[in-house]
Amino acid sequence: MIRTTPFHERLTELNDQQLYTHWSGYLSALRFSHAPKHEYFAVRNAVGIFDTSPLFKYRITGPEALDFLSGVVVRDLSVLRPGRAAYTLWCDDRGFVMEDGVVFMQSDNELLMTAARPLLSWLTSHEHGRRVVVEDVTDDYAMLAVQGLRSRDVLAGLVPEVTELPYFGQAEGKLASVPVTVSRTGFTGDLGFELMVAAADALTVLDAVLEAGAPHLMRPFGEEALMTLRIEAGLPLTGVEWHDSRTAWTDHDRVTPKELGQGWMLKGVRDGSRRFIGSEAIRRELVDGTSRWATTGIVVDWQAWNRLHRDNGELPTFDEQALGWEQWLRTEDDTQVGYVTSFCYSPVLQRHIGIARVRPELATAGTTLHMETTLHHSTHMVAVETTSMPFFNPARKTAK
Amino acid sequence: MSETTATSTNGRTGTSYDAIVVGGGHNGLTNAAYLSKAGLRVLVLEQRHLVGGAAITEELRPGFNFTTFSYALSLLRPEIVHELNLVQHGFMPLMMPGDFHPTGDGDYLLFGDDDDQNVEMIRRHSPRDADAYGRYNHDLDKVIETIQPLFDNPPPNIFGGNTGRDPDDQADIAWLLKHLGSVDRKTMHDTVRMLTGSAADLLDDYFEYEPLKGYLASSSSIGNRIGPMAGGSGLVLLYHKMGEHDGHLGSWSFHKGGNGGFTQVLARAAQSFGAEIELNAHVDHVLTRDGKAIGVVLADGTELTAPIVVSALDARRTFLDLVDPRELPDDLVDNVRRTRYRGTSSKVNFALDGMPEFPGLKGAAPFGGFLNIGPTMEYLERAYDAAKYGWYSDRPFIDGALQSVIDPDMAPPGKHVLSCFVQHAPYQLKGPHGPVDWETERENWADKAQAVLEEHFPGFGKLVLQREVVLPTDIEAKTGLTEGNIFAGEFLAPQMYFFRPAPGYSQYATPIDGYYQCGSGTHPGGCVIGSPGRFASQRILRDQEQRG
Repeated sequence: MIRTTPFHERLTELNDQQLYTHWSGYLSALRFSHAPKHEYFAVRNAVGIFDTSPLFKYRITGPEALDFLSGVVVRDLSVLRPGRAAYTLWCDDRGFVMEDGVVFMQSDNELLMTAARPLLSWLTSHEHGRRVVVEDVTDDYAMLAVQGLRSRDVLAGLVPEVTELPYFGQAEGKLASVPVTVSRTGFTGDLGFELMVAAADALTVLDAVLEAGAPHLMRPFGEEALMTLRIEAGLPLTGVEWHDSRTAWTDHDRVTPKELGQGWMLKGVRDGSRRFIGSEAIRRELVDGTSRWATTGIVVDWQAWNRLHRDNGELPTFDEQALGWEQWLRTEDDTQVGYVTSFCYSPVLQRHIGIARVRPELATAGTTLHMETTLHHSTHMVAVETTSMPFFNPARKTAK
Repeated sequence: MSETTATSTNGRTGTSYDAIVVGGGHNGLTNAAYLSKAGLRVLVLEQRHLVGGAAITEELRPGFNFTTFSYALSLLRPEIVHELNLVQHGFMPLMMPGDFHPTGDGDYLLFGDDDDQNVEMIRRHSPRDADAYGRYNHDLDKVIETIQPLFDNPPPNIFGGNTGRDPDDQADIAWLLKHLGSVDRKTMHDTVRMLTGSAADLLDDYFEYEPLKGYLASSSSIGNRIGPMAGGSGLVLLYHKMGEHDGHLGSWSFHKGGNGGFTQVLARAAQSFGAEIELNAHVDHVLTRDGKAIGVVLADGTELTAPIVVSALDARRTFLDLVDPRELPDDLVDNVRRTRYRGTSSKVNFALDGMPEFPGLKGAAPFGGFLNIGPTMEYLERAYDAAKYGWYSDRPFIDGALQSVIDPDMAPPGKHVLSCFVQHAPYQLKGPHGPVDWETERENWADKAQAVLEEHFPGFGKLVLQREVVLPTDIEAKTGLTEGNIFAGEFLAPQMYFFRPAPGYSQYATPIDGYYQCGSGTHPGGCVIGSPGRFASQRILRDQEQRG
């Protein structure tokens, strides 16, 4: 039986499409109105809310909580302080990425971690006698992302703590008299916040946010808009950019953090000064240079795109909804050198963009490659150029 | 809002430039940006206190931002966004939520981005029109596929005989013939029907439901002195249908902060390439010597020199005001003199205390974006009738944009701005006893517009906090557009493409060496498209190169 999130009762009233997908056993809205692009623009030019409640949530408590988690996830958590959060991956012992999530440090003895897939047994199996308690608190909390240009304006009157919150900061506060954890995090690559609230209080918080957001033209947004937003932000998505290494059938579906473009997380790995699950395999990868892929952004040559369509009697298409399949990348001499994992038209950049994996030597920004696309039931090539990500990176995302 | 209404200028630092652009409208700014990007030292001279020309946003009441003249983006070419790095400077083309069209009998049509829902909206009124709608759109898309490449290139020079023709011109003509030769016969026939025929004839072929025809025909008269039943209205319809938002033809976008927000982006882009912009600088005339442009003289007598002078004004200003027509060939002067302007578009812009309510919609009103009030083709035609005889409509046709539903910058929370094109209001009013001064009719005319809104949205008047009335005479006075014609020359077949602004002068150069034209009165203007500015820059740079 499919479940609904604590926000569903109200959000469904605002959904005139009733189109849902399933996310970790919950209904998750694809869109709320006839065009997801309105929801997309709400984030980029006003404010949007997204129900992230289906994320799995784990509380890790005890005097060795940080020490324990530092030995498990990829990111260096030793620098984490109470009131801060960090995005991280975690890997299997071969150094292949399992999943990702955000670690919130609430106090020296308490961490909360989100995850896209269930993780309790894996986490507890790595306790190795440390003084730590790991609990699954997924059902205890609802999470609401408030994202976009005016997100701070909307929340400032409700949880004043947001005004001082740095990027990836978090604070405890009260919203409509309900205790909430507010963090400056999100998946849209924009200024944005996430509210964590006890499931029983979810509607109280949502109603207050809706009321405060209405004058700012706030809209709920669904997964379709989120997909465009996160591609523009250059943020990888599990199940799309990679497969959980535990359930992947072959190494073709597995990636290492470096291959995923998350090499920035690997401080202290090459010199062996930091150890976590998979770090030794990753160290060898770094030292021996055995990465199979590098992740890069690609932008399509818009003139080539238009020409391709017009020369074939079609009007060029500009669809902001991400493609559901991969497209291959080739060099001039027709050798396959990579593949595009996510691809869409960016309404703000006015061009097609994609997240791609290419042979490492071709990842230098500005490399011209050719992407396969289908037209008239056959394969055509269109020129693309590699580029750094994010594609859209407003200063407000991280600004004080 | 300060970001988009702020006066954007870094002033003038000298008196001698590589190029001077007269007029800081969107085409002037586009042209200046391209020339600067190519390394020229460029000065833009704008007579007003802000750039933008007819694409401006003004905060006429605290927190309420009015798009005084043009109110939407549709035809802007993506190459301009890319080549001028506009995204870096804040380019943000929001999608309008939809078109709301009261049908005159208390019912409505509401069109959005989901085609299936649009079809269902039509089927509710006419099952027959439901599938005709798909056929109509497809046929029109085919016509646009035929026409659009012509908009993405300067018009070939077809004049001057077949011998000794410039090889570039020869290649352009060959391209045009090849392109037209590839069009199937139905599409070619439809194209000619649209370019020469009436919107009414075309729509009657597809549809039976009068309000649907009214909705579709509305764009056949916007900005033009024409009704949908007259030959030539098809061309106006086609032009508007070519507007797009990310490839969705006929779907228009709205720039963050209005079109003034857009021209501020353009100004920042031009400045980033080094262009200088001087405001409050009225150019009196272009200086010429020995048939060459050498600079301009400002109204205060200041002389500024440049071997290239580009006029972003309309053809009448460019050829009859800025230079001495005696320096020009007679055929050019004659054609420019007889170019039809005859603006009949007025703007009535409202600051509103809340959302207008439509009784036929129960509960929360899902409309917003464009409001189209011209229920049937007959209504539209009657709204035009009086203009033929020099008077304004008693029940005008209104094409409005409720921009504050998608851009919170446009109005304070909970309040709205409604930017309305109201037609027809002829530039020259003629009463039974001769010409009538528009000033005596200004508020009467706006009252007519407001009465129409009141009729469809009862209680509308109570929401009005402020009203701005922009007559064709105001458009002319403020933007310099002759007779207030928003397209810088009416959309009539003999005033388009090879003939825009005059036969033989459609390639952005003029008979005066170093003097160029880049305004909306050149192909493929008007509308906020930017291509005239871009094509003119290409022409200028090519001429520079050939000169060495």
